[in-house]
Amino acid sequence: MPELMLDGHALRVAEGTSVAAALALGGDGCTRTSVSGRRRAPLCGMGICQECRVTIDGRRRLACQTLCRDGMQVETRP
Amino acid sequence: MNEYADLLIVGAGPAGMAAALAAAPSGARIVMLDDNPLAGGQIWRDGPQASVPVQARQLRERLQSHRNIRHHPGTRVIANPGPKQLLVEDDEHGWLISYDKLILCTGARELLLPFPGWTLPGVTGAGGLQALIKAGLSVQDQRVVIAGSGPLLLASAATAKKHGANMQCIAEQASLKAVAGFATQLPRWPNKLLQSFTLFDRHYRTGTHVLAALGSDRLEAVRLHQQGKIVELACDRLACGFGLIPNVQLGQALGYALEGQALAVDAWQASRVDHYAAGECTGFGGSELALVEGAIAGHAAVGDFEAARQLWPRRARWQGFAKALNRAFALDPRLKSLARPDTLVCRCEDVPHGALAGHTNWRSAKLASRCGMGACQGRVCGGAVQHLFGWQPSAPRPPFCPARIETLMSLDDTPPAP
Ligand SMILES: Cc1cc2nc3c(=O)[nH]c(=O)nc-3n(C[C@H](O)[C@H](O)[C@H](O)COP(=O)(O)OP(=O)(O)OC[C@H]3O[C@@H](n4cnc5c(N)ncnc54)[C@H](O)[C@@H]3O)c2cc1C
Ligand code: FES
Repeated sequence: MPELMLDGHALRVAEGTSVAAALALGGDGCTRTSVSGRRRAPLCGMGICQECRVTIDGRRRLACQTLCRDGMQVETRP
Repeated sequence: MNEYADLLIVGAGPAGMAAALAAAPSGARIVMLDDNPLAGGQIWRDGPQASVPVQARQLRERLQSHRNIRHHPGTRVIANPGPKQLLVEDDEHGWLISYDKLILCTGARELLLPFPGWTLPGVTGAGGLQALIKAGLSVQDQRVVIAGSGPLLLASAATAKKHGANMQCIAEQASLKAVAGFATQLPRWPNKLLQSFTLFDRHYRTGTHVLAALGSDRLEAVRLHQQGKIVELACDRLACGFGLIPNVQLGQALGYALEGQALAVDAWQASRVDHYAAGECTGFGGSELALVEGAIAGHAAVGDFEAARQLWPRRARWQGFAKALNRAFALDPRLKSLARPDTLVCRCEDVPHGALAGHTNWRSAKLASRCGMGACQGRVCGGAVQHLFGWQPSAPRPPFCPARIETLMSLDDTPPAP
């Protein structure tokens, strides 16, 4: 069971959980702040909409297509 | 060092998997790439809350047993820098793949139409919610409304219910007459997942569509138009999708012709010389049609036309199913007027519906408002404006999706170790 850090909070999840799912398990599920300042959450769940862009270990990645790994650092705020 | 493939397949859903398996006995050097972590496409998704059916596991095992098939998961296409050449990227590297033959099996995505409140956290696509649940999202004891159109609503509802959701309503925009007519035809296509299709789910409402998602910082309720009445339901999640639209952008960029909204193909699944397409990027039709089209394309691409021809009758049968499906779930024109002037159409650049008024085509609207210029490259709003205003999105320019600078400079063009 991987343990990852979501915006500084530790969370342990089942093997195979996506980062998008983990964000909802460990918090409010939001992934980014829109250009007009509103919080957004994953929409399409399949790599199309880009609403789930988060910073994972320093890189911008899609939370819905990234599986949680031990020690991962995920940030949803700029 | 670049990678070379006799046959490159983009997309590892049912169509891509079938194409690779059909082509493999020829001994051709086959490379298959897909942006998901595992092969299986939209229908066969793994996760802590999902196990794929035996058929999918067997297909995966057979793929692995062929030493001439190489699968790059988590890999997306960034650009087409030269003829028969694609620049691709995974989590670690970017590299070039040259090919002799190409089969696009890029599948379909949901048609997501803008309505007031659709940007609130808690609102997802219908298939989107299903995919998120399979990947571990919890919906236990949450009040869920599913809305939009097509059999995917029921598939998504079944997944949500299985994981403890408290289903409030499944709102299908098509009329009872259209849906019932479709249901009576289903016995013509046995063994179809849709055999579970039932009009008798007590939450299923035909002639019902979403009007607005309500809430301030996140979804609190949904307003529906239900057979002439307006109803409001409190809920934690609204999953809303209006059917599927083919993923044609990469094909457009590579010079494939379009037929309607899909990639145009001939009887061999070829769109132009050495370039094929199969599965839902050539039109929505379900996994059985995708499998048979993929196999035809795979056989044809390696020159086994006889094997391809033998599959034509099977393809024709499932095309009949696709036609019946598309007819039954045709969208009500009223869905074009859900958005208000302040409703965002482009979620990447926050462009409201009102900013598009007065434009007559996608290009002028885009230049004036930045609609479709954001991270998703118009893959959400492009489908929406095509439906709302009939604007045909132009072929995308590379990079086709956000890419790392190193990839764009092709600094590191070594394929990952097998
Ligand atoms: C969200 C969703 C949920 C669905 N759920 C069901 C269901 O429960 N039951 C059912 O019968 N049918 C379902 N369908 C319908 C389903 O699409 C078909 O039954 C079948 O999966 C189509 O197969 P395909 O191979 O044509 O495409 P897909 O299965 O869509 O496979 C295409 C693959 O290509 C990848 N891809 C696309 N473009 C690129 C690119 N540029 N670079 C790299 N990879 C790329 C995609 O991520 C995907 O993995 C669903 C469809 C969607 C969109
Ligand atoms: S939720 Fe749409 S890209 Fe991840």
